[in-house]
Amino acid sequence: MSVKHQSKTESVEETGSKSEQLPMTGNEAIARGAWEGGVRVGAAYPGTPSTEIMENLALYPKEDLSAQWSTNEKVAFDVAIGASFAGARAITSMKHVGLNVASDAFMSMTYIGVNAGLVLVVCDDPGIHSSQNEQDSRLYSRMAMTPTLEPSDAQEALDYTKLAFDLSERFDSPIMVRGTTRLSHTRSIVNVSERDNVPMKEFVENPDKNVMIPSNARTSHPKLVRREENFREFLNTSDLTRWEKGSSRIGVVTLSTAYTYVKEVLPEASVLKLGCSYPLPDEMIKKFAACVDRLFVVEELEPIIENEIQAMGVQVEGKAFFSRMGEFSPESVRDSFVRSGVLETEGDEPEWDVYAPPRPPVLCAGCPHISSYMSLRNLDARVAGDIGCYTLAAVRPLSSIDTCVSMGSSIGNAIGMAKAGGQTRPIVATIGDSTMLHSGIPPLIDAVYNNVNITVILLDNHITAMTGGQNHAATGRSLSGDKTHRVDFETLFEAIGVKWIRRADSYDLGAMLKTFREATEFRGVSVVISDRPCVLDPVRIRGETMMVRAENCTACQSCMNLGCPALVWSDEWYDGHHKVEINPDSCIGCSMCAQVCSTNSIVAVPR
Amino acid sequence: MSIEKNEPGSELKAVDDVKNVLIVGVGGQGVIMVSKVLARICQLQGFSVKQSEVHGMAKRGGTVFSHVRFGSRVWSPTIPKGKSDILVALEWAEGLRWLNHLNKKTGTLIADTQHIIPPFAHLDRKRGAQSGYSTQLPSEILENLYDGYALDATAIATEIGNYRISNTVLLGTLSAILDFPVEVWRKVISEMVPSKTVDLNLEAFEAGRHWVEQSRKAGEAPKQAPVLVPHVTPQPVDEEFELILTLEWCKGCDICVKVCPERCLILNAEQKVELTDPDACTGCRICEWLCPDFAIDVKKTTQAAVSA
Repeated sequence: MSVKHQSKTESVEETGSKSEQLPMTGNEAIARGAWEGGVRVGAAYPGTPSTEIMENLALYPKEDLSAQWSTNEKVAFDVAIGASFAGARAITSMKHVGLNVASDAFMSMTYIGVNAGLVLVVCDDPGIHSSQNEQDSRLYSRMAMTPTLEPSDAQEALDYTKLAFDLSERFDSPIMVRGTTRLSHTRSIVNVSERDNVPMKEFVENPDKNVMIPSNARTSHPKLVRREENFREFLNTSDLTRWEKGSSRIGVVTLSTAYTYVKEVLPEASVLKLGCSYPLPDEMIKKFAACVDRLFVVEELEPIIENEIQAMGVQVEGKAFFSRMGEFSPESVRDSFVRSGVLETEGDEPEWDVYAPPRPPVLCAGCPHISSYMSLRNLDARVAGDIGCYTLAAVRPLSSIDTCVSMGSSIGNAIGMAKAGGQTRPIVATIGDSTMLHSGIPPLIDAVYNNVNITVILLDNHITAMTGGQNHAATGRSLSGDKTHRVDFETLFEAIGVKWIRRADSYDLGAMLKTFREATEFRGVSVVISDRPCVLDPVRIRGETMMVRAENCTACQSCMNLGCPALVWSDEWYDGHHKVEINPDSCIGCSMCAQVCSTNSIVAVPR
Repeated sequence: MSIEKNEPGSELKAVDDVKNVLIVGVGGQGVIMVSKVLARICQLQGFSVKQSEVHGMAKRGGTVFSHVRFGSRVWSPTIPKGKSDILVALEWAEGLRWLNHLNKKTGTLIADTQHIIPPFAHLDRKRGAQSGYSTQLPSEILENLYDGYALDATAIATEIGNYRISNTVLLGTLSAILDFPVEVWRKVISEMVPSKTVDLNLEAFEAGRHWVEQSRKAGEAPKQAPVLVPHVTPQPVDEEFELILTLEWCKGCDICVKVCPERCLILNAEQKVELTDPDACTGCRICEWLCPDFAIDVKKTTQAAVSA
């Protein structure tokens, strides 16, 4: 069977023939593994670094599978569980913090088990490249007693995902595939094959298994303990555990991307490469430990495997030398082996004495969120922020977000601040459109229900922007781009019972400030919808470029307070300050700088 | 599935022939495109290759980097610090940021000399403030390198027709340094860029390649673009200023509070203007100009007068 597979940025490639080799990222390989493993239903909510898994799955033929964006990770997980009940192999993918949202369903469904294979892909973010924490999802595997496979490269990402469906059915358990940012976004050559022909199963009417009431849960729990034992036995003999014999002086138990760093810096060591981090192949580990003089565990984040090996009564070293925090790298693994006396120090090379200015991500030129935060700064509001591009307004020069906790937290946090009292400033929650649908609706209902005096700014840029422009229920388009119903926020808020709702043009600073002021003066819950599309997605926006008339500029720096990346200092000075100029390549002509200019020096470039 | 044997004895050894290319730049410049082209070429040449990037924030003007490693067997997806054989920088300060990742003894730098200034470099509001952008010039860096090429790829690309294809100009430069057949480069670039821009990109590729040949022909002649003037010229400031508020004239209209770019003015309990943070005030004079009651005066004194 031949299939057209098109990754988001690459040209169409034929990938059907057997044993073909393709360059793939970990995420593309996971999608490929799911497709080859006969998956029929996939559901996810976007979240870096997991986003491209579902995007790539959606590129496989519609007759093979259905892939969708769900409103949040719990819904996505529930969709996958339902598909498994109905007899279709199913996959759900999310970032590590997404699993927190989905964990309620996860903890119960693991008691139920599966009908058709069910795979949960979780992408951790050691090093916090783009997340709010670096929690270790492997702690969830233990809580949910769910076998967890950990690929170390794209080939294993494909193989393990495919295998996970079989294991899921064989052990009547969901299987977690845990990756990291480095796995997700590393491209390497992968052997691909055809799709397995996996027939649909029948729905099994078995309330004793499928309905989690206390009496059924009580009988399911012992099954979990037995399942753990069975899986452990399987691992002790399975190819998932790989013993690579080397020097008997040093033995390293390792897995995931950490394995590749160990092979890089300590090629002579004996390595026990684990494919599964829960449960652990205890017999294998004990045998391996007996063959080496000094045993190390090299694992990113928490000392989970180390502690469990210690509990087996085996002497082992790990986090005494390897950090519990951040992402590993060949140099950090090398440094740790140096500290532990295994490797000699290489000697420090002299470093270049060069300076590069900090370059954190910033809101784009013309970003519609800028005006909201300028206005909130002017109102001196107490701002509870949320997760999205707009979290970038927390840093200079906008500096206008006071708190940011997790997806959908802003409104609940604002309610708490209002209930606590003692705030003389207006209390405002800012939340994006996708985040509002994800988990902003229940707290908004709570706010109306409990009649608090807060203002909610819905930063509606018509897309899930932070993760690269994904559709959601209020864009009117599905994951595959098909037209679908579009949630109307105003009607939704009215139905909830919000009495004060206004829409404002994000590019009209005066109107924004005026509307925000009215909203904060309203007693009760008020909502302002800041309404302009994202400048990058779904279409890149470009308007008439602006320019600074240098002879008028008094270098007051008002425009520089927007934090717009198109605005830079020029070579000219006025009264001790730099005049400003506009980079025509990045300016999109939103005119916000012209609106704040105190001397009317910023005008559209004459045609 | 193809997992190797789990019994002792299946020894896998690393062969130490891995080449490391680190590609860096600013979000939106096309760092990932350059690394994908290179990775594809390595694959076509029969190498094992890994290409690793972190692109969560790639579109938002942050720093972007991509590791490409190729050889007979590649383990780690990332290049150990100080082990890059080639550093390709699509922007000058980014090249400096990653310079310590380049192998000091045998490394080659390829850098575009264009400046993309991050908003953070221009945040200082003090009088006489200098740009926070890097001050090191290409000549200072190149003379201490094993091998280095600094060219104004953006200017070359703009001349060809689009400043955005500066990344392809640098691919041309890279092609003259890596020993792969030039037809393979052309083929892969043609496959990977949008079909409408193939000709433009191939022209940019040739320009970058040609630039290296020229600079090699010139022998000892500089492998770099003309020395750049620092982006912002310094201006000596010998003045101090003081905000003088005439409170009996202030009627609490709030105008100055609203217009102050640094938000260091408030209306106090008596509805009179008050300077909350003298250090934040930059003396920009907007409040002075806009006060309808002439209640604010920005008074200047020379340094000499102050110290006297």
